[in-house]
Amino acid sequence: MRKLLALLISTATLMASLGGATAASAQQRRGDQRRTPSTTTPAPATTPGSQTSTMQPASLPTHGSGDLLIRDATVMTATHGTLMNADILVRNGKIAEVGTGLRAGSNARVVDATGRFVTPGIIDCHSHSATDAVNEGTLSVTSMVRIRDTFNPTDIDVYRALAGGVTAQNTLHGSANTIGGQNLVMKMKYGRPGAEWLFGAPPGIKFALGENVKRSNNGNIIIIGAPQPPRRYPSTRMGQEEVIRDALTRARNYKREWDDYRAAQSRGDRNAIPPRRDLQLEPLVEVLEGKRFVHSHSYLASEMLMLLNIAEEFGFRVKTLQHGLEGYKIAPEIARHGAGVSTFADFWGYKLEAYDSIPYSSAIMTHAGVNVSVNSDDAGRARRLNIDAAKMMKYGGLTEQEALRLVTLNPAIQLGIDGRTGSIDVGKDADLVIWNGHPFSVYSRVDQTYIEGELYFDRTQDIAHRVELQREREALEKAEPNQAPSGAPVAAPTRGRRPGTHDDSDDADGDGGHTR
Amino acid sequence: MNNSTHTNSVAHTLSTSLDAFARRLIFTSLFVALVAACAVAQQASSNMGPAFMSGTPGTFAIRGARIVTVSGAEIENGTVVIANGKIAAVGASVNVPAGAHIIEGRGLTVYPGMIDLGTSMGLIEITEQGATGWVDTQEVGEMNPNSRAFYGINPHSSHIAVTRVNGVTTVLSSPQGGIISGQSAFINLLGSTAPEMALDRAAALVVNYPRSGGGGGGGGFFFAQQPAGDAATQRDRQLEQIRKAMRDAEAYARAIDAANADAKLPRPDRDVVLESLVAYARGLKPVIFRASRESEIRGAVRFAEELKLKPIILGGDEAWRAAAFLKEHNVPVILTNVLDLPSREDDNYDINYESASKLQAAGVQFAISTGDTAAVVRDLPYHAGMAASFGLSKTEALKAVTLYPAQIIGMGAQLGSIDVGKIANLVVTDGDLLEARTNVRHLFINGREVPLVSKHTELYNQFKDRK
Repeated sequence: MRKLLALLISTATLMASLGGATAASAQQRRGDQRRTPSTTTPAPATTPGSQTSTMQPASLPTHGSGDLLIRDATVMTATHGTLMNADILVRNGKIAEVGTGLRAGSNARVVDATGRFVTPGIIDCHSHSATDAVNEGTLSVTSMVRIRDTFNPTDIDVYRALAGGVTAQNTLHGSANTIGGQNLVMKMKYGRPGAEWLFGAPPGIKFALGENVKRSNNGNIIIIGAPQPPRRYPSTRMGQEEVIRDALTRARNYKREWDDYRAAQSRGDRNAIPPRRDLQLEPLVEVLEGKRFVHSHSYLASEMLMLLNIAEEFGFRVKTLQHGLEGYKIAPEIARHGAGVSTFADFWGYKLEAYDSIPYSSAIMTHAGVNVSVNSDDAGRARRLNIDAAKMMKYGGLTEQEALRLVTLNPAIQLGIDGRTGSIDVGKDADLVIWNGHPFSVYSRVDQTYIEGELYFDRTQDIAHRVELQREREALEKAEPNQAPSGAPVAAPTRGRRPGTHDDSDDADGDGGHTR
Repeated sequence: MNNSTHTNSVAHTLSTSLDAFARRLIFTSLFVALVAACAVAQQASSNMGPAFMSGTPGTFAIRGARIVTVSGAEIENGTVVIANGKIAAVGASVNVPAGAHIIEGRGLTVYPGMIDLGTSMGLIEITEQGATGWVDTQEVGEMNPNSRAFYGINPHSSHIAVTRVNGVTTVLSSPQGGIISGQSAFINLLGSTAPEMALDRAAALVVNYPRSGGGGGGGGFFFAQQPAGDAATQRDRQLEQIRKAMRDAEAYARAIDAANADAKLPRPDRDVVLESLVAYARGLKPVIFRASRESEIRGAVRFAEELKLKPIILGGDEAWRAAAFLKEHNVPVILTNVLDLPSREDDNYDINYESASKLQAAGVQFAISTGDTAAVVRDLPYHAGMAASFGLSKTEALKAVTLYPAQIIGMGAQLGSIDVGKIANLVVTDGDLLEARTNVRHLFINGREVPLVSKHTELYNQFKDRK
């Protein structure tokens, strides 16, 4: 009985943190995991709802200036095949030349990559790393909240992802509510001020359909003697459709008010009164105008079709179906709509709506003409997206380049950043990974990760630093402020995860482990 | 639900012209027909045939293949003969028995099937909300030594075929939760019934080693804030519960032994709970301690030593910190965290990738496991592969998912390598078994050829050409 009660309470705690009813406690729990407060690098202020307006192309790092020449590598370009014994010349953070026998200036950094492989930096199209809060689940429509306000560039998981070759990520809200909040697309410039991580990517917004939205609807659990939290509408997929329709309708009305006002202004009507600003509807107006990408968490074929239909009715295109695990069942419909799908390679069975997920889905959708990317949605999995891509050659027979694109060019296209990154082409940012073997081999690992020609991960340096870090740690442990009052040594802090749990159970986005 | 409504309305329209008996008969037959229709709907998509559940028995010869025996040297171009469920012959030049089904192995490699000791296969279909009717991993209460995975395993779980077609042929399926979770079953991933699958119905006892500040596996997380003194007391109380259970079992067994030896002595009433513990209390069968932190691992080993148990560590996140200790006490580790994030913020990024190589270097007996309940157990080779890219040799990585787990669970003489007389669990691939791009071309479990189909290949075939 006690155990049962404990289970109920623990489930309730989980549910509450999902729904955001106790957002503070959820935040506190996450906060415990990090020593550094989130305030280190506030992003520059912008007008609400317009992420792009003040964003200039990121200023290039000043350190390590000069050319970078990577020599004699096997270069997997993601656009034009694999080049053997090729050189890559990087100038001002951009790929200046790709070929053989390239020469660089005398002060160039030269990397001999003989016997090694170079790929474009991996782009993770679904991540919750580098955030201090993920769900604002108290309302069903929270389009006004922004990931950039909880952006934490000190998150160690970013460095770990860099060590797996990730150079950019789409940082999204969780899936507690139908319309979540505004995303943030960032380069993983760990160690640099947060503002430098942003590079003018088109803004987006998270939608969510299906089980997680239903589940985080509070009130599904009865705790004897405890006050019942209010139930939040909707609790069915029917209600989810209606919430989206209602929100988009209100946004359309709001847009008309502004259109009318601007028309009156342009007619010279000096008495025209501007509509009252609505921070919830502004981003949705941008959706209607095609200026803000919809990235919608979705699983079942039925709910995906619902969203595609409603988008077509309102005259915009869904940019990506996130997860989209049953996308293979409606691949032709998704292709016709023009949505991308950002999915898992082969993760399945962790809830009912993931039960029909198959690892062949990426291949089926790719062959149907859908732009497909493979994402992590998990700080652990983000470190091995190369292997997830490799699996897709086995499951359904994608070519090596098609498989590589799942984690490079395709997510870049889905995020509208393919002009900047996602492939090894002259003129693009030098976001590059050097692998000690074929990137699709389980026996390979990342040697170096570059963003815009700057080195953000280097295995040799990492190993070299360990002695120094060990010394520093020991000194800190001996330091007087770190001693327990009794003089007994203080146990090292843990990250707050349950030891022994699988990384997939890490409650990264506040859904109790699986808000994917 | 819709089905029964429909049946009712059909039955209602018929009711006026039929007597009660006939109505009942029709009702029943309609119900049977519906159930059959559902079953057919599931099977029809399947082209799976009877071999899907039990494989095709026979004599087989895989000829002209590269053979990675794991136990000995690789054979560049050799033959493996399978007969009566066993490996009948293996070598560069062996005679193929007359009438054997020949599999041309040119360009292919033969490996022993992989083994994962950290699963709950068959006890759980869908891990999260919405399908609790399909979850049988955890009993109520803290002390359930007589709760056996064997009785909960669903041989028709879709995970079984999904897992085996990637080359994992055998798993230990364990109950979870409480302090003593129950007993694990060591099963082949083929068979229509649990008895057909089982290699050992009660292969190990699973104990969640009590954590300081924890609740013994389940529930600890939410009570982590209690004062340190209380937490230690609780841990000691839980250890005392296990100690008492083991000692009671031993006393019970001694009383039974005495009664057996001397008919004049009173025989204690049979007690199924104590009885289920005897083999473990006497160190005849292994006790698996789920333990992650260094202090828990050391604690579990000392506790096992005190009670003369035969311990295995499951989890083992920080086992590498206690590697010399584990070697000294000769305790094996089932490592489940190769792909987990480091647990501390200032840990090296590759701390878990490297831990297998550290255990190996220290001479600790170890196996690599996914630690997953069921769905992603098929990823086992990639866990081993990651360890191999961070210090472990490729040979050791392969052993860590074949021979070593077989040895740890006490089946090293029957499984885990390609040797004459062993159970013919074989995987024939077109490349390195641990590589993600490698395809499994043929699969044998218990010497039976197993079709390479699963829920996933079936759905693939249903939808791949949809326009």
